Amino acid sequence: MAESVPQSAGRANETPARTASRRWSRRRTRRHDRYTLAPLLLISSNLALFLLFFVWPAVIGLGYSFTSYTGVGSAPFVGLDNYQRLLNDEAFYAALVRTLIFTAAVVPLTYVASLSAAVLLVSPYSRGKPVARVIFFVPWLISPIIAGVIWRWIFGENFGLVNYVIIALGGEAVPWQSNANLSLIIVIIAAAWGSTAVNMLMFVAAIKNVPTAYYEAASLDGAGSWAKFRHITLPSIAPTSFIVILLTTLHSMKEYALIQAVNAGGPGTENNLLIQYIFTTGFRRAQIGYASAASFVLMLLLMIIAIAQLVINRRKDS
Amino acid sequence: MDNLLPKKVWATAALWFMVALYGIPVLWFLLSSFKPAGELFSYPLTIFPKQPTISGFTEAWTSFDFSRYFGNTLIVAVSATLITIVTSATCGYALAKYSNWWLRAFTICILATTMLPGEVILSPLFLIVRDLGLYNSLAGVVAPSVITATGTFLFRQFFLSVPRDLLDAARIDGSGELSTFIRIMLPLSRPIIMTLAIMSFQWRWNDYIWPLVVLNDPNEFTLQIGVASIVGAENVNWSVLLGASVLSMIPLVVIYLIFQKYVMNADLSAGLKD
Repeated sequence: MAESVPQSAGRANETPARTASRRWSRRRTRRHDRYTLAPLLLISSNLALFLLFFVWPAVIGLGYSFTSYTGVGSAPFVGLDNYQRLLNDEAFYAALVRTLIFTAAVVPLTYVASLSAAVLLVSPYSRGKPVARVIFFVPWLISPIIAGVIWRWIFGENFGLVNYVIIALGGEAVPWQSNANLSLIIVIIAAAWGSTAVNMLMFVAAIKNVPTAYYEAASLDGAGSWAKFRHITLPSIAPTSFIVILLTTLHSMKEYALIQAVNAGGPGTENNLLIQYIFTTGFRRAQIGYASAASFVLMLLLMIIAIAQLVINRRKDS
Repeated sequence: MDNLLPKKVWATAALWFMVALYGIPVLWFLLSSFKPAGELFSYPLTIFPKQPTISGFTEAWTSFDFSRYFGNTLIVAVSATLITIVTSATCGYALAKYSNWWLRAFTICILATTMLPGEVILSPLFLIVRDLGLYNSLAGVVAPSVITATGTFLFRQFFLSVPRDLLDAARIDGSGELSTFIRIMLPLSRPIIMTLAIMSFQWRWNDYIWPLVVLNDPNEFTLQIGVASIVGAENVNWSVLLGASVLSMIPLVVIYLIFQKYVMNADLSAGLKD
């Protein structure tokens, strides 16, 4: 764009090509200089923060992962020792497996819940949409810690509303806190509940962008609601679906606060997720080198997940 | 035509079923917070408190240093939000309106921060903040958290949609690049500023793990750490916990009710899908 302006000006004045090109190059150099300084200044604060709080920690984190650093004193180099220990660390594996199970449950649940909420909020048939929209959005305002408390309260073993209803209906009290799997289910529900709002907003925007002509044409062909949803809505919002799934996956892999509030990774350490494992080793036990190695394994995992989803997405497109 | 009524009934029923799923936990929580401690666990449970009381709230406010937690959280959330808006707006503008190879490279770097979140570099980040002398200070909570890909890309997408002619016209009039940005572009982006302001405020208000890592002195604690310390106790004092939780939510709810439209209309996936 910046280059095309002087060119057309030269043509309009019918100046000789030589002069035009010289003027053009001079002008470009001047512009180039001017436009280096301004954007550099504009990005400087973000650039500085990025280098200071992102690149630098990533670099020294990688460095420390090859040492047995404890946060103070020297950092003895131990080579790949930390990574070898990780491979044999059962607590790490347990946390990894638990995190994968958690993610595999939260992602589809969040996807279905936020898409359903969005469809119902856009549907011309449903009533009470303004109120519903506000209520769907309340969980967004609630911090993971408080959300955890809310669900812990409702699923309390001896005092919770859910067990009270179950008993009132003639059932037996369910051990929501002392059974590891049931305990994880509460965290899964709470996580999906908490992450619905933002994803729902994205779906609402995407669904509203689908051209209505598609639906009208399908109606003429006698397509039902489900057929329209399946063959028009879903393919049209595929890019948004991709983003929602990717972001929810990455987010679930690093869940910490929510599970801390629901059951602190308990009973015992059975529901410790990866970030809790890293946090405990890094800060409670001050094994910074070892925790850094675990962090890099998590980072590698996140990258693999992101790239795998990108590749699958590309392949589906073509 | 006779096909329409059942559709309306079904859609409305499904919508309100979901509303119940999302609303009842919060409603039950709110109602419980007004029950006196003795009534919380006495069977049969009642929906409404028999003797409504605010003792849970007052007890939470007095037994913990709650006003201090509130103040600290407010300082963190407000200062982080202001800095986030300035850095995101300037950076987003530069990424949208200038083209240089290093700007394109930096765009990718910013995108990478979403893929590689702060939690992954928790311990080295802690060491850096400590070495900068920010350990145990609110500045240490704020500084690493202000860079956000979402914010930068919200502004980038917005400024891409601003016609280039406007910028060219300003240049022809002899307006400097930075003064064009401050006088013309920034006022234009008011809706984005509002959206990012409320989002950033919510993020920082609700942050837990990073403040937990940086802050050690109870005088510097934020609300989330305060509430989490009640949850983490051997015997959870539910009456205080319920009161404290509800109190901690009030500021956000108020802000949300005032600035609702800026969140509801935002395209939050800006920049992430092309």
